[in-house]
Amino acid sequence: MSAARLPLHRRLREYGLDSVTLLVIPGVLFVLALFFYPFLYGLMLSFQPKAGGWLANYTKFFSDPFLYDTIRITLVMAVPVTVLNVVLSVPVALRVRLMRHQRLLTTILVIPITLGTVMVAEGLLTYLGPRGWLNRTLLEFGLVDSPVRLVHNYWGVMLSLIITGFPFTFLLTLSYVTGIDPALEQAGAVLGARPRERFRRILLPLLAPGLAITLALAFVQAFTVFPSAILLGAPAGPTRVISVIAYQAAFEQYDYSLASAIAMLMAAVQLVIISLLLAARSLVFRGPASTGKG
Amino acid sequence: MRRGIGERMWAFAVWTLVGFFVLNLLAMIGSVVVNSFGTRWFNTWLPAGYTTQWYSLAWNEFQLPDILMVTAQVVGAVVVISGLIGVPAAYAMARRNFPGKQAVMFLFLLPLLVPPITYGIPMATVLYQAHLAGTIWGVILANLVPTVPFVILIMIPFVEQIDPRVEAAARVFGAGLLRLFLQVLVPLLTPGILAALLLVLVRTIAMFELTFLTSGPTSQTLVVALYYAVFAAGVRPGQSIDAMAVVYMITTLVWLLIALRFVNPTQIVTRAKR
Repeated sequence: MSAARLPLHRRLREYGLDSVTLLVIPGVLFVLALFFYPFLYGLMLSFQPKAGGWLANYTKFFSDPFLYDTIRITLVMAVPVTVLNVVLSVPVALRVRLMRHQRLLTTILVIPITLGTVMVAEGLLTYLGPRGWLNRTLLEFGLVDSPVRLVHNYWGVMLSLIITGFPFTFLLTLSYVTGIDPALEQAGAVLGARPRERFRRILLPLLAPGLAITLALAFVQAFTVFPSAILLGAPAGPTRVISVIAYQAAFEQYDYSLASAIAMLMAAVQLVIISLLLAARSLVFRGPASTGKG
Repeated sequence: MRRGIGERMWAFAVWTLVGFFVLNLLAMIGSVVVNSFGTRWFNTWLPAGYTTQWYSLAWNEFQLPDILMVTAQVVGAVVVISGLIGVPAAYAMARRNFPGKQAVMFLFLLPLLVPPITYGIPMATVLYQAHLAGTIWGVILANLVPTVPFVILIMIPFVEQIDPRVEAAARVFGAGLLRLFLQVLVPLLTPGILAALLLVLVRTIAMFELTFLTSGPTSQTLVVALYYAVFAAGVRPGQSIDAMAVVYMITTLVWLLIALRFVNPTQIVTRAKR
């Protein structure tokens, strides 16, 4: 080895660049090529419409109610279900954390996440259908006179988002809740704080950053609902969500440019909502950034 | 701690909610299983009789042998390749501080945070232009996009647990990088690698969106075939669709149970989402 090369070699090592660091390159190249590049490509493609000026896709989207209304439809579905799932998750997670045999419950709850939305859609079609067990039970107990219509409309998709979404928000919340030191709550109890006060003054502030992340992740999942909106909803009407029109533009009209524009708008809405959530989090939460594990 | 009546009612309400959710979930799965074995099922709690004919019908009608073969090939390739790319990258990320490491970390987090349908449409467009979409390799590449970062993020804490002096000792005794990996790191990392790859396996079997956007008639996996079967419901008896759904459920849940021997259920959502 020459004397001139040795210092360079050494200097690179000082920066943490040696043969071990090079092992990260295949992974980086892969994500750049198949995630980053397609995203940029899609962004460029969205400005090269089939007809019209460079903004034609976007002006088309925002002037055609059939297209822009999908944002409202998707939000009307995703926002309530996200809030509901997270709000229900908090008391359940606080209770389950005290449970000794959590494992059975968490295993059961991880099943719908693993099965995925297509399987849940098929299951709910059978279970919620006019001749399914749910309607049978309601009729048997005299709660309804005729079968309730729960599939091929808004409610079918809503229920599928609860079946897959609630376990997700619950398990995520549980991991944040178990990261809070129980001694803090006991200290509150010793000092005479009632359960409600302990929740509001001790647990909630510690949980807030985790809940903001849970809300953000649950929201983007609900916002991109796709198979169940088609299989379990009414994709021509009340559940014509934004991912459905993006798919139709790409694979039914073969207008990849418009499809890319819709995908970019989808990403933009997600980004706006997540930024709002994280901004709200930094307003509410002003303490040390860590709640321990979680 | 003293428990008041209010707190006990609150606990009761919470457990009722959990019980109601689990009951509906099990009933949903149960109705699929019962329907797949039923002969005729009208206005009764249970079908009139039981049969296995829907399974043989589904087996032939939906070309299940071919679909299962494709699924096994896709999943196998995704597991192996994401392990080969992900584990060394995780090692580098855990052991070295290099300029731009934060940016690289962010790059690995993005595919796990952005939902598949959002980046799937531009990605499928690029894969169609490269004439890869529609082939089994297109499906494998698409599925690797979330799984490579997933393996990296799971493996980093496992690497960090290993005492660096073990590696230093191996180096002193003259082991090269390859030998260090094969004889020291892989044996020490086996629990982590098993956990990561089993989770990749389960996720890939159930990955609908990316496979759906990039697969052609000969490269469908089980979950995409199930989607098309449900989409075209009415063409075939509902029981045979449910029979196919049961085959899918068994495939997924068997691997889930194996994976749960190595990971905690909460980790399935948290590890990747940090």
